[in-house]
Amino acid sequence: MSKSGGWLAVVTVLGALLLPFWAEYAGEPFILDVIIRLMILAIAASSLNLILGYSGMVSLGHAVFIGIGAYAVGIPAYYDLNSGWLQLAAALGASGCFALLTGLICLRTRGAYFIMITLAFAQMMYFIFVSIEEYGGDDGLVIYSRSEMGPGVDLDDNSQLYFLVLFCLIAVMILIHRLTRSDFGQVIRSIKINEVRMQALGFDTFRYRLVCYVISGMICGLAGWLLGNFTGFISPEMMDWTRSGELIAMVLLGGAATVVGPLLGAGIFIGVETLLPEMTIYWHLYLGILLIIVAKFGRGGLLGWWTRWQGRSRP
Amino acid sequence: MDSALVMIQVLNGLQLGVLLFLLAAGLTLVFGIMDFINLAHGAFYMLGAFICATLALWLDSFLLAVLLAVPITFVIGVVVELGIARQLYQADHLEQILATFGLILIADTLVQMIWGPEGLTFALPEILNGQVRLFYDVEFPVYRILIISAGLLVALALYLVVSHTRIGMLIRAGASNRRMVEALGVDIRMLFTLVFAAGAAMAGLAGLMIAPITEASIGMGNEILIVAFVVIVIGGIGSVQGAFLGAMLVGLIDTLGRSFLDDFLRLFLSHQAAETSAPAISAMLIYILMAVILTFRPQGLFGVRSS
Repeated sequence: MSKSGGWLAVVTVLGALLLPFWAEYAGEPFILDVIIRLMILAIAASSLNLILGYSGMVSLGHAVFIGIGAYAVGIPAYYDLNSGWLQLAAALGASGCFALLTGLICLRTRGAYFIMITLAFAQMMYFIFVSIEEYGGDDGLVIYSRSEMGPGVDLDDNSQLYFLVLFCLIAVMILIHRLTRSDFGQVIRSIKINEVRMQALGFDTFRYRLVCYVISGMICGLAGWLLGNFTGFISPEMMDWTRSGELIAMVLLGGAATVVGPLLGAGIFIGVETLLPEMTIYWHLYLGILLIIVAKFGRGGLLGWWTRWQGRSRP
Repeated sequence: MDSALVMIQVLNGLQLGVLLFLLAAGLTLVFGIMDFINLAHGAFYMLGAFICATLALWLDSFLLAVLLAVPITFVIGVVVELGIARQLYQADHLEQILATFGLILIADTLVQMIWGPEGLTFALPEILNGQVRLFYDVEFPVYRILIISAGLLVALALYLVVSHTRIGMLIRAGASNRRMVEALGVDIRMLFTLVFAAGAAMAGLAGLMIAPITEASIGMGNEILIVAFVVIVIGGIGSVQGAFLGAMLVGLIDTLGRSFLDDFLRLFLSHQAAETSAPAISAMLIYILMAVILTFRPQGLFGVRSS
């Protein structure tokens, strides 16, 4: 990270730490909700970035892990099991298992087949939850009480939830930063560039990709756990494939294969989603046009633009 | 379960099968030849339904509406190919997904702007509303028979075109090696436009045929599109026969699973357990089928190109 980047990070984190106090002071609690959602989506997008950006596995079903994580809050809560640690373990365990099982099949394929198979498995979970009437089916399930994390912590207090989400986001970003610069990360990035060569060098590339896929799924499950707590309502709609498409859009808007990109992308996405509907009810039209422009001209996303612009202004 | 019910459900399965085939045929050709993942293919399904519904209400004739709506969707297909899709063939899959995802948002919003947020319904002509006696005591709606026959006819026509004409030969050659076809001096761009628009028209036909039964609604193509993706993965990307076989398999398994799986499970499970697990398992069946086929044949049943 460059020196100015480091300063920017410190300022951002400080600002994020002070935000709840400012929101209360200014009487704008709505801001806090927007930022919590932004950060949760940033965690999910970061997890997708790990497989999509760093290791070239384009998954179009990543939102399924958000759904699994959220149902890991909702289903125990339905039976009055409100322990947050239990729910968190369930979220990470279930999303990890799902990633492992589907990964064993998905990762046998490449390119377009991989895209469609991840999509299909996500859709499968979607329809399974639609068909289970016990947990609300299509209508979803209301979570009446947020996770109980132990004495002194009360997630019903929005600012405490905010700090938890912020903590998770920072932890995930540090984890991904470390991971992608480790030996493991080097292998994963190299597989993206030339898998056959890595195999020739003696790496079991299938296993590396599988481990990467499972880690990514579990991080996204964490995001689902947070989202279930935040919204207090879960439904199969959370893992609809359009949600997965939105996650891809976030990664590409911000800049794939960068640690900060998904956060920026989630920021842009939330910005569009919050501001545009106030101007026109047909705001999806403009979002669609934005996505096409990014696909056509926006190589590297916002971060890519920034680096190229810096490269031009400095001789 | 009695045999009449089984017959009816088999016909329902075939109906879903031909609809899936009409969607999947365009997808698999566009994908096989242009290497273009079109998430927005379902938009043509939706447009076909809305255009046909509007025309049927204006002209008061379902037949005329169908005869006009299919060419109109074809023309829209040509416009979309020339205006947008063509720019994206060179892009990688990721960018295609992003752009066509954007196209879905645009198409859904445009439909909402033109036709409003509610769906459109229209009545079938009297003659198509009846039931037809197939044999003994099995009755089936005339219109559904019509859907199945129309779908099978299109499938047959497409098969003849692809396997017995010069254009079909180029299409097959393009699916297995695009560069070679180009190098031999074929105007591949014309071919692309034609294939894309034909795929759009078939998707439109599927949408307008189902519209009188369900309704024309925003986003109606997005869900069935995913199943069409499953179909082409099972059948093998680029293969029309594969798409046909995959569509019929998926249509039948999905429909029969939903109607008879609980009866079947009751053979070894308690009544209660069968009742609760059947819906979830039947929702999974086609994906399990896909997973099994991919485990043994990663390129699908009729894969032209390996993945």
